[in-house]
Amino acid sequence: MVRELTLSRIRQGLREKEFSSREVTQAYLDRIEELDPRLNSFTQSFREAAMAAADAADERIARGEARPLEGVPIAHKDLLATVEGRTTCASKMLEDYRSPFDATVVERLAAAGAVVVGKTNLDEFAMGSSNETSYFGPVRNPWNTETVPGGSSGGSGAAVAARLCAGATGTDTGGSIRQPAALCGVTGLKPTYGRCSRYGLVAFASSLDQPGPMAPTAEDCAHMLGAMAGHDERDSTSVDRPVDDYPGALEGDLSGKVIGVPAEFFTEGLAPDVERAVRAALDQYRELGAEVREIHLPHYPYAIPTYQVISAAEASSNLARFDGVRYTHRTVEPENLVDMYESTRAEGFGAEVQRRIMVGTFVLSAGYYDAYYLKAQKVRTRIRDDFAKAFEEVDLIAGPTSPTAAFGIGEKAADPIAMYLSDLYTTAANLAGVPGISFPCGFSEGGLPVGMHLMANFFREDLLLNAAHRYQQATDWHTRIPEGF
Amino acid sequence: MEFEPVIGLEVHAQLSTKSKLFCGCSTQYGAEANTQTCPVCLGMPGTLPVLNREAVRMAVMMGLAVEAEVRPRSVFARKNYFYPDLPKGYQTSQYELPLIEHGRLRTEPEDGEPKVVGITRIHMEEDAGKSLHEGFGEGVTAIDLNRTGTPLIEIVSEPDMRSPQEAVAYLKKLHSIVRYLEICDGNMQEGSFRCDANVSIRPMGSEEFGTRTELKNLNSFRNVERAITFEMARQQEVLEDGGHITQETRLWDADKGETRSMRTKEEANDYRYFPCPDLLPLDVPETLVEEARGSLPELPDAKRERFMTEFGLKDYDASVLTTSRELAGYYERVVATGADAKLAANWTMVELLGALNKDGRDITESPISAENLGVLVQRIEDETISGKIAKQVFEPMYAEGIDPDTVIEREGLKQITDTSAIEAVVDEVIGENEGQVQQYLDGKDKVLGFFVGQVMKKTGGKANPQQVNQIVKEKLDARKG
Ligand SMILES: [Zn+2]
Repeated sequence: MVRELTLSRIRQGLREKEFSSREVTQAYLDRIEELDPRLNSFTQSFREAAMAAADAADERIARGEARPLEGVPIAHKDLLATVEGRTTCASKMLEDYRSPFDATVVERLAAAGAVVVGKTNLDEFAMGSSNETSYFGPVRNPWNTETVPGGSSGGSGAAVAARLCAGATGTDTGGSIRQPAALCGVTGLKPTYGRCSRYGLVAFASSLDQPGPMAPTAEDCAHMLGAMAGHDERDSTSVDRPVDDYPGALEGDLSGKVIGVPAEFFTEGLAPDVERAVRAALDQYRELGAEVREIHLPHYPYAIPTYQVISAAEASSNLARFDGVRYTHRTVEPENLVDMYESTRAEGFGAEVQRRIMVGTFVLSAGYYDAYYLKAQKVRTRIRDDFAKAFEEVDLIAGPTSPTAAFGIGEKAADPIAMYLSDLYTTAANLAGVPGISFPCGFSEGGLPVGMHLMANFFREDLLLNAAHRYQQATDWHTRIPEGF
Repeated sequence: MEFEPVIGLEVHAQLSTKSKLFCGCSTQYGAEANTQTCPVCLGMPGTLPVLNREAVRMAVMMGLAVEAEVRPRSVFARKNYFYPDLPKGYQTSQYELPLIEHGRLRTEPEDGEPKVVGITRIHMEEDAGKSLHEGFGEGVTAIDLNRTGTPLIEIVSEPDMRSPQEAVAYLKKLHSIVRYLEICDGNMQEGSFRCDANVSIRPMGSEEFGTRTELKNLNSFRNVERAITFEMARQQEVLEDGGHITQETRLWDADKGETRSMRTKEEANDYRYFPCPDLLPLDVPETLVEEARGSLPELPDAKRERFMTEFGLKDYDASVLTTSRELAGYYERVVATGADAKLAANWTMVELLGALNKDGRDITESPISAENLGVLVQRIEDETISGKIAKQVFEPMYAEGIDPDTVIEREGLKQITDTSAIEAVVDEVIGENEGQVQQYLDGKDKVLGFFVGQVMKKTGGKANPQQVNQIVKEKLDARKG
């Protein structure tokens, strides 16, 4: 029953008592049980807790006390701390870790009435663009299970695409929400840095990380973001600023809106079928009344190396706490303290995580700090300035989300550089802190989804959701569901 | 060759905030291990720091007290290193842009001229936990994280000190200021006020610095002095033997009275400092600085000046009485009873501090209240007792915590000022000592003291000495005819 329904439709059906939360929650849990073995998109599901929450939601609905997401079944990326179940970060290091607290966004979605059916798989500690680095094995893309779902929120992307939950949280450090949204054919939004609290999000790169929603449609994301956003006293970098009415902003007219398309986006690495779909989407926007014009983001080509340096530097420090002393994996019978650290970390972290820790340690070390970290911070400022300049002229910046559609599992695993280029279009938004959204805009020659990427100025999530929603009203790409799921 | 030392001190003072630097946990000392912790100060996955503004206010006050500049925007950085009692794998500190810079402090070495020592910087940071190596079995280390995240300020001096005595004077002055400001309890045993010393020596007259060593574990003023003295001699011996000094960290062993190598700088950590991305830059608006300035108490230097002009005290006395806010306050309360300021200063410094020192007690633990000491001084002034008898009154006051009038009454120590009573005793003494009378009549004036002494003895010291003197002389002179 839930296969054909969007999050918004479920939300509405629950309120109008077409069906109960018990029914939809049960349906999703059954789908997870039946279909997820083919995808590996969940690290765990919470049948008992979810059913109890669903019953409680049904009671509230019956009493006429429904909250914004009352009874809606969602999943959380397993990088977000939850008291329920384990918080694994898809790492051996935290295989059995139980968090004593909920992440703020987890708390807020619960306070809005959402029911949590489980936690989704990811690249280990959110490091990866293909979801192949999880300690629990790769996630498969429901559109073609021989291909990757994208990363690092690939579990959330695949689970939403296969309709194993109505929506899911993701976290985006360099494109980790938008890129898997594109590769899985769902809608994913990375909010402005500071719009959603990072408290309880296990840090990868603190100055870039931002949690956000993933769901079938922009309207769905609007409902989720409304519940997730807002100032949090526990996160000093969260911004104290009123939350916009995102669902209320969906319907606005696009005429008069200016969409900038950076010339720098259409380079050699961009797959022709992706380019075709994106250009067609731009035509669609012209039809919707927007003006599309070419702009320039001259420092965009430096986004990937800048991101690599800054994210690795922060990661090397953030992951130092996993040292075997307290709650993590600890090596058996170490020879001494140093051996305990080294063996614990060598056993507990996968190859990609170790690679980034080493890069980060190197770029922060005495003698290299100025050449790498400091330089990267300077380029970051330039990238931010480029955006500021661009947003004086345009309302939105558009382009492809990912240079290619989903690639084969194992295809790029041996080539980290090629893998890092998957985030070519998305990382700049994290470096600048501006919000971005990805939504389906067509299919590749191989029948895989292609994502359209829009970015807006700080705190203009309303514009992003509005533009994506208008596009989705005019097209039906977002309604396609992978066969067999 | 004669050498002179170049000494700089790094002092860590624990701020007396109720809660930790980045979370709400209590900073109370001595609680059961790991009971004052939360996910934030344990560095659990997903947690984030939130800065304690009270700690910033205290640090700003310290900056103002040493005439330093408060940076309108400072930055918290991460100092990365692995250690079992460092839960996050980094310490949040300030590095390139500290909260406070360019201060100065006037010090008064005990056997030297007053001196101004430069303060390079004062920055804020969080403390680490404690590793416990005893009581858990062979090779087992337990960790107490109660102290983790406790707010500290690190006060870094210029290498301006040229003797162990100057270093101690500087340290004592800092210690006194943090306590005046009530931003640190100054307890060196519990580690809330701790000091590392950077020591090098160079040939007298040389402008260049020698290679320095860093001395750790200096947990008392005395150990600071001993450790620096030892280290100076050690370095001199090495140089005189043709060796050279290795830049290293050395641990002071107070039992053996020596420093020993801990680790050399070459094998030391590369801390990989970088700005902490979880904390915004710390903005301190001018209004907050002004507010802090307005709330500054009278500091030791200003108080010393005032004691000199207002009470007519000598520099040394005024300095001693202002070493702590509590002592200065005690003295002022003694004077406030109406007691003579100079006499009150003597009684506070010599008798009271002497007795307290002997017992290892602090002025706040004085069994004699300031009011009672004031009354005692007044009893000397109004000649109820002599200065000498006052010491006999002081003892039971100290032992029993009672007031002087009660002691004087109980022990009958009231001074005899009745002239006829004194005359009777003088007559008695003269009658008993004809020989000495004759000596006086023969011109031996010195014998006068003998008569006075005898009278005092007979009155148990209670007779007014001036009166006795006068009467003895009158009576003997009368004999001269
Ligand atoms: Zn705490």
